[in-house]
Parts: sequence; structure tokens; C-alpha cells
Amino acid sequence: MQLSLGLRAALLSVLLFVLFIAAWEAAVSGGGKAADLDPEYAKLMGATAVTGASAMPGPGEIGLKLWQHVTDPFYDNGPNDKGIGIQLGFSILRVLLGFGLAVILAIPLGFLIGMSPLVYKALDPYIQVLKPISPLAWMPLALYTIKDSNLSAIFVIFICSVWPMLLNTAFGVASVRREWLNVARTLEVGQLRTAIAVILPAAAPTIMTGVRISIGIAWLVIVAAEMLVGGTGIGYFVWNEWNNLSITNVIIAILAIGVIGMVLDQVLGWFARLVAYQE
Amino acid sequence: MFQDPFDPKARLGCSCGEHASQHDHDIAERQKLAADEEARDSRVVDAAIVRALFPQDATRRAFLQAVGAGTALAAINEFFPLAAAREAFAQGTGKPEKTDLKVGFIPITCATPIIMAHPMGFYSKHGLNVEVIKTAGWAVVRDKTLNKEYDAAHMLSPMPLAISLGAGSNPIPYTMPAVENINGQAITLAMKHKDKRDPKSWKGFKFAVPFDYSMHNYLLRYYLAEHGVDPDKDVQIRAVPPPEMVANLRAENLDGFLAPDPVNQRAVYDGVGFIHILSKEIWDGHPCCAFAASKEFVTTMPNTYRALLKGIIDATAFATKPENRKQIAEAIAPANYLNQPVTVVEQVLTGTFADGLGKVQKVPDRIDFAPFPWESFAVWILTQMKRWGQITGEIDYAGVAKEVFLATDAAKLMAEVGLTPPTATTKSFSVMGKAFDPAKPEEYISSFAIKRV
Repeated sequence: MQLSLGLRAALLSVLLFVLFIAAWEAAVSGGGKAADLDPEYAKLMGATAVTGASAMPGPGEIGLKLWQHVTDPFYDNGPNDKGIGIQLGFSILRVLLGFGLAVILAIPLGFLIGMSPLVYKALDPYIQVLKPISPLAWMPLALYTIKDSNLSAIFVIFICSVWPMLLNTAFGVASVRREWLNVARTLEVGQLRTAIAVILPAAAPTIMTGVRISIGIAWLVIVAAEMLVGGTGIGYFVWNEWNNLSITNVIIAILAIGVIGMVLDQVLGWFARLVAYQE
Repeated sequence: MFQDPFDPKARLGCSCGEHASQHDHDIAERQKLAADEEARDSRVVDAAIVRALFPQDATRRAFLQAVGAGTALAAINEFFPLAAAREAFAQGTGKPEKTDLKVGFIPITCATPIIMAHPMGFYSKHGLNVEVIKTAGWAVVRDKTLNKEYDAAHMLSPMPLAISLGAGSNPIPYTMPAVENINGQAITLAMKHKDKRDPKSWKGFKFAVPFDYSMHNYLLRYYLAEHGVDPDKDVQIRAVPPPEMVANLRAENLDGFLAPDPVNQRAVYDGVGFIHILSKEIWDGHPCCAFAASKEFVTTMPNTYRALLKGIIDATAFATKPENRKQIAEAIAPANYLNQPVTVVEQVLTGTFADGLGKVQKVPDRIDFAPFPWESFAVWILTQMKRWGQITGEIDYAGVAKEVFLATDAAKLMAEVGLTPPTATTKSFSVMGKAFDPAKPEEYISSFAIKRV
């Protein structure tokens, strides 16, 4: 009997995962002999120096640590030591704020650009120059002028996530089919009503694509921004564990960043399907 | 003298006859009383500071006898704004204007007094609720202090100077009330170089320092040049954030670094490097990091400032005692502060450490916490900045040094409270056996074979 495609894919996924973990475990557990050390001296040294353990943690070690984080995600031991749940919460909040501001600005402005070739041509050079600027380049300027590290991080997310939405909105609005607009004109529909009843639904799938790209960028940016300003958030968590050379925690943070990024993307993907239409 | 009572221009006298009226007399009396109180308060402040610096009576007396009280206070003035402290005291022992404070730090052992004052209760003892906040880098510490997210912060000792002088931004008057640590750095090399202990064999090496404008950079350059290795031509020196130093050493991307601890000890702990020499072997007693606050903070919140500084001075005095070092290591090692294994921090603070070559070394003064930031320290730093081309042209060495350590203000204030301003605010010292005369900086620079001027 042939198993369904979904089940076979799931089995293959599990197999790949097991192979990957096994290869990983084999790679880090091999080699390394215990060094011949004076016991007093050995007490002052770490495991990698004494037992010849690999500097790279194995999957077991990471699983154990991950379990600790998952079971106690919201502890708070002062400003520099908070659970991974709290750190992720701060990051998500910042992303949603910066991203929300970007949506508020980008969609109306994108509409304007898409509807008016004049505005499009006038603003295009600015957009082209501002679009490729890295978040890390904005950060010092933001810190210096805004004078608040939290607001600076939000600003950087805003400025980096605004462009894909703006361009996609403009593109979607500009490429609404002429016939539909002509029909609206024949029916003597007002400008505003045309925008809301004809252009918006027609451009919605393109706009949502831009929004989805933007949230991905915003989530990429937050880690870099928080590594730079410190304080709280998953980016700060990575930086802090990097200071401690704790590769285990860095890997766990990478996993967490990946999972949250996926969730954010899926949520917007669901929204995108809501507004999709079949011609 | 008898005045004509019928003269309309005659003035009414007072009881002592020196004032125009009884009212004026009362005002003068009150002023005199206040001045007396002020002088007494100044003495109280001075005594408290001297006691905090030299908690042991015998040491304090020996020191005061050796240099005289005036000179001692002058010296303390260098790194402790006595003026501001006295002013603060004069306003009474009022409650702090603000009890919730934020102090930023970089997670290295140089920040020990600032950090330990939190877990060990030195801040709360003085009625403050201080949050010590780990910060990602020197530039961020600077920005967050300038934009008032932090009330005070841990900085590299040249930073308050740069901010005061307006290097790179609008000048903002800064004070450097305490130097954090002396010594406490080291040159660490990758394990593969354990047979290359002679710096002459280091040509082609790649080195790292944490910051271009740091004692680390100047000490490494000095050390290399003394051994005939040109730090710009024969080797490469880059600025690398401390945690990346250990990773790069492991990846054989670096041959060595001169870094703050616990980075050096961490490299040993992880088995990727060994400690070639401690920075104290280059210059015993060199300054490194500082505790800094804006002048605005000092003047607008004198009570808070006094309490904060008391906490830091208290902690510094506690940290100078070797018997307390283990306890401090345990307090500052957790994730909330340095986020390092306790044994690494303990090895740095106690000076009993594995050197990476199989020996346990005992150097109790590997790091220390009661420094005197003499003006001559600043002059030395300036000579090295000029030597390596970081600054050019005519430099008013003594003037800049004075500006940093606010010695002019201090001298003025000392005279006001009846002390004799010091005639000398510098001391000589030697770096790698070569004596430094702060009065002749240009001659010092030209005496080096390897230089960029």
C-alpha cells in the first residue's frame, strides 16, 4: 500500500533530523584525549582544556539546556539576566511597534505613489537611496538623535521594514488592470470609492507580499539592533551568551529566532490567503 | 565715636559697631556661622575620603606623614571631585533627590567596584536603588550616558576627557570621580606559540586590542617597540571586541592579544592560549578604567551623587583587601553581571591562576582597585597618542592633563577652605625600566627609536 505523500514527507523529515543529530554527535564527541595535568592546575581549567572535550556542544547538551529554557522561560534575575521568554517578548513587542508604524506610513504613501506617476517619479530617487541602507548603519545616528535606545531600535525596524511595503503597494496599485478602472469610471464611481472598492482589493495580494517581506526584514533587524544597543531582547541574549562564549545558548537563541520568524511569516501568510482572489 | 543723632544722613549702628544696622549684623553673623559649618563639613568629607582610601589606620598615618596632609588631599583631588563632594555635603545630609539610578558597565573585571556594589549592597547601604546595566560597547556606553539613560557609567579613562573636550561631539563637562582599576590586563598568545616567548620572533603576528584609544593599545605597542618590533610594520594590530578575541584565537585567526580580564583567563580556561605576561610587568600600577558622571548630574543631584560615590568608594576600599576577593568573584560572576565561570573570575581577582603552560602562578596584585590618577598618567597617555600619530602638532600636555583631572578647580577650592594648594600634582614612574619625566614629554617621545613622528 502506498502511504500518502504527506506521511512520506514527514517520515523523510524525521529521518533527515535523526541523521543530522547523529552526524553532529559523532563530530563533536570524537577526538580529544584527557590532558596529563597537575590536579591543582586542572582545577583552574575548563573542560575543553582538561578532558579534551570539543569546544562545540553536542545535541544532547543543547537539548538539556533547551529544556531548562523551555521549562523556565520567564524568570527575572535583574536587568541583565532574564528568561528567554521575556527576551523574545521584548523583541516581538519592538518588532510589532516598528512594523506597525511602517504599515501606517507605507500603505497610504504607497497608494499615493501608485496612483500618481508624478509623485512616483519625484520620490523614486529617495527611496532607491534609502532602501539599501543596513540597519547597523542607522543605529548610531538613531541613538545620537533620538537619545533613547529603545526608541532607536524601534525606529531602525521602522526604517528598514518600510521600503518593501512601500514599493509593493505602489507596484500593486499602479498595475491594477485598466479595464477595471475604466469600468469604475463609466459607472461614475468617486475617486475615494474607486480606491477603496476597486484598487484596494485588486492590489491587496501584492501589498500583502510586501508586508510579508517586511516582517521578515523587521525580525532580521531586531537581532542586530539589540546586539548593538543591549538591554533586553533576543539579540541582547545572543550578545550576552557570546560574551560568555556559551555556544550552547547561542544555538538555542538561533533556534528560537528561527521559530518565531516562521510563526510571524505564517500569520501573515494566512492573512495573505484571506485577501487573495481568483481572476 | 559719637554720631550726631540729628544728622539725617547718620546711620544706625549695630551691637558690635561694625555693621550699618542690627539687621545687617544678623545677616553677617549667619553668614559667618554658615562658613564655619562649611569648613567643618569640608573637613568631615576630606577625612571620610582619606579613611575610605586607606581603611587601615597604620597605613593612613604613614602615608599622611610621608607626604603631608596638604599634598595627600591634593592628590585625592585628582581623581575625586572634593569640590563637588564638599558642596554636596554643605547642602546638608538630605535624602537623595533620586533613589532609582541606572549605571552602565562593560562586562570585564575592570568594572569590579561598580558591579559588586550592587550584589554586595554598597549602593543600598547608602539609600540608593541602583540598577547596573550591562552594555554592548564603549560607544554605546558613551551615547547612553550622554542621552541620560544612564546616570553614571563605567568608561575607559580617556573617555571622560574626550567628552569634556568635545572630541567628536559637543563638549559636555564630565567628571571622573574615581579610577576603577590599576593593572589587570595581560598579553595572551595562542598555544602554538608557546615556544616563541621572545617578542623579537613575533614578526608577522596578528594581534588584537579592545579599542584603539585604550591603555591596551599603548601598552602593547610600547612592549613590542621596546623589543624592536614595529607595531605598524612588523605586526598587525586590530580592534576586536573581547569575546571575539578568544574565538579568533581558537580559530587561529589571531596570534595574540592584549586584553582586559576575564578574557585572558578565559582563553587559558578554554585551553586556547597562555598568558605571556601580565600588564603589570610592563608598567606596574598603570591606570585603566574609570567611573564617570556628567557634571550636570553632579550639580543638579548633589545628594544622590554623594551617596552613589560613597557606595563606589566603599566598594573600592572593600575590593583592595585580598581576603575579600574570593567573595567578590562569587558575587560578580553570575549571568546578571560578568556571566563567566566563577573559577575564571576568581583566578583574575585573587591572582592565583593557571598560566596556560601548566604552572599555577601567584601574583596577588594582578589587578588592584585603589589608584591615584596622577596628572603624569595623562601626560604619558598623550605622549603615546602622539608617538603613534593619533594626535599631531603642538600639544599642551600639562594643560590637557589638568583639564582631565580638574586640578585647577581643586586647587582653587583647597585655597578657599584654607588648605595649601599642592605644588606638585605629578609623580614619576617607569615603564619597562625606563623612567618617565612628565615635565619633558617631547624629549620622552624623541627618545624612542620606533615612532611615527
